[in-house]
Amino acid sequence: MTENRHDKLGLSDEQVLEMYRTMLLARRIDERMWLLNRAGKIPFVISCQGQEAAQVGAAFALDRAKDYALPYYRDMGVVLAFGMTAKELMLSGFAKAEDPNSGGRQMPGHFGQKTNRIVTGSSPVTTQVPHAVGIALAGKMEQKDFVSLVTFGEGSSNQGDFHEGANFAGVHKLPVIFMVENNKYAISVPVSKQLACEKVSDRAQGYGMPGITVDGNDPLAVYEAVKQAADRGRRGEGPSLIEAVSYRLTAHSSDDDDRTYRQKEEVEAARQEDSIHTFSAYLRELGVLTEEKEQEMQNEIMSLVNEATDYAENAAYADPETIFNYVYAE
Amino acid sequence: MPVKSYIQAVTQALSEEMERDQKVFVLGEDVGKRGGVFRATDGLYEKFGEARVLDTPLAESAIAGVGIGAAMYGMRPVAEMQFADFIMPAVNQIISEAAKIRYRSNNDWDCPITIRAPYGGGVHGALYHSQSIEAVFANQPGLKIVMPSTPYDVKGLLKAAIRDDDPVLFFEHKRAYRLIKGEVPDDDYTLPLGKADVKRNGSDITVITYGLCVHFALQAAEKLEQEGIDAHILDLRTVYPLDREAIVEAASKTGKVLLLTEDNKEGSIIGEVAAIIAEECLFELDAPIQRLAGPDVPAMPYAPTMEKHFMVNPDKVEKAMRELAEF
Repeated sequence: MTENRHDKLGLSDEQVLEMYRTMLLARRIDERMWLLNRAGKIPFVISCQGQEAAQVGAAFALDRAKDYALPYYRDMGVVLAFGMTAKELMLSGFAKAEDPNSGGRQMPGHFGQKTNRIVTGSSPVTTQVPHAVGIALAGKMEQKDFVSLVTFGEGSSNQGDFHEGANFAGVHKLPVIFMVENNKYAISVPVSKQLACEKVSDRAQGYGMPGITVDGNDPLAVYEAVKQAADRGRRGEGPSLIEAVSYRLTAHSSDDDDRTYRQKEEVEAARQEDSIHTFSAYLRELGVLTEEKEQEMQNEIMSLVNEATDYAENAAYADPETIFNYVYAE
Repeated sequence: MPVKSYIQAVTQALSEEMERDQKVFVLGEDVGKRGGVFRATDGLYEKFGEARVLDTPLAESAIAGVGIGAAMYGMRPVAEMQFADFIMPAVNQIISEAAKIRYRSNNDWDCPITIRAPYGGGVHGALYHSQSIEAVFANQPGLKIVMPSTPYDVKGLLKAAIRDDDPVLFFEHKRAYRLIKGEVPDDDYTLPLGKADVKRNGSDITVITYGLCVHFALQAAEKLEQEGIDAHILDLRTVYPLDREAIVEAASKTGKVLLLTEDNKEGSIIGEVAAIIAEECLFELDAPIQRLAGPDVPAMPYAPTMEKHFMVNPDKVEKAMRELAEF
């Protein structure tokens, strides 16, 4: 008999269903974007597939009415959980004027939406880490009790900005949650050629914070770790480093061919642990999800994705003259 | 009116802004207890406490990046780079992040940070404590670069930089810190960013410059006046974006233009000033545009003989001004 793990974490059946729905929505939007890319309708895709459990598990552990998210380019699950909609993500995919992330200025995956406290990001990796520390510092100065969650890949944990930011947060005991989404590849370079230590979480020790590694395919394990880190942060005990290990199920991006550096068998094996299936199985075994409910959810999501695609495809591009807007305050 | 040194004007501006607005805070290496290695933040730690005068770990990208994060939240951080030469690890944060935050988010986010750094030579600082680094940032729309010459301008421009809604690099000439003194009102005043200032009115030749070189030009102009050469001196004050209108007006006024910087000549701010003049008022000129700058070697050597050879100084400026007048 399957043990009810979410109940022990204080999560209701409705909440775990909502987590699953968010994971599935991210997956379906992502899959649609690949289709659109291969059909020549959008120039670029960078995928969340394989990392939805870590992203959604982490976001649901936060107070999404006040905490800050500093996502990286794969974090569709994080931004959906923080309030971005399928339509808004599609507008970004099509680079249309109404895209709330950037008005079509940035590539897809460069998230940002102030009303939902999703902090704008760039392409040079890891630059968002010190920003998360700065936001937490500001919160501490203003005596607020929010935390900031910053996510990045295991390759990014080699960048100076990770180390400088983590050390700063450790010294000043700031409420930052550093979450590494270890998908085992930095484009083509495997973890073994990225890290001299066994785990990314080993790096926490150097910065005076706890570091743990959890199964990134298990949204509940990630939820639990992030919840504890958020509680720690709110209690004034400082930052935490969480490494969520999963796998990148797609190529790095629509411009990459992963067959040139990894075996098909390896990818197939990872698909067996795909959280979309394993979490669905968990929910079904407990009777929280039924075949009927799942079908209903799939239908609802497909129509949402269809509507979003149609809307975004037909939406207007920004007027080229607006290229001059917002270089400085106007 | 009280007379203050250039660096006292920095401290006064910081103190007044921190008093005026709780969101203003200072962060950097040694800015707290020590009051800064040049003493620019002297007394602020005692006055405002360690939370608002923050000694950071020795890591420039974090100083900039943490400041940028706080600015995006809505604070008004003033980050200090101990020497302009040491800003290099923070360049990614400044150029990829601060400069582009408003633009890339289509005005959803902004980044009102001020980054202060002492630059410039003539202090036996050798290669890595003497550089002028403004050209690194001066083709990055989204940034503003302010380089004041007088204590009066320092106070008014630093206060304006802190209140500005966009990222401002505020470069202070370290030799000017104690060398240059001037009247600084105790009142709360700001000076507009992006506006050049005529520091001397004249009719024979025009000198366009910024920072410490303004004083070299003013000294030279005093001497040349006795020879009947009347120099017009324009202080750029904001070197990016440039005040095109003021540059064209100053160049057209005399038709003879000398551009001065202590940075390496090639690719410096004054090259862009020359291009603006060539584009906008070539036919107002009576002589080729002249440039006096540091030599195109990597940076300023330590030995006094070589340092002196590198530096622009009042004698070199006087000679260049006289030659232009005689053209």
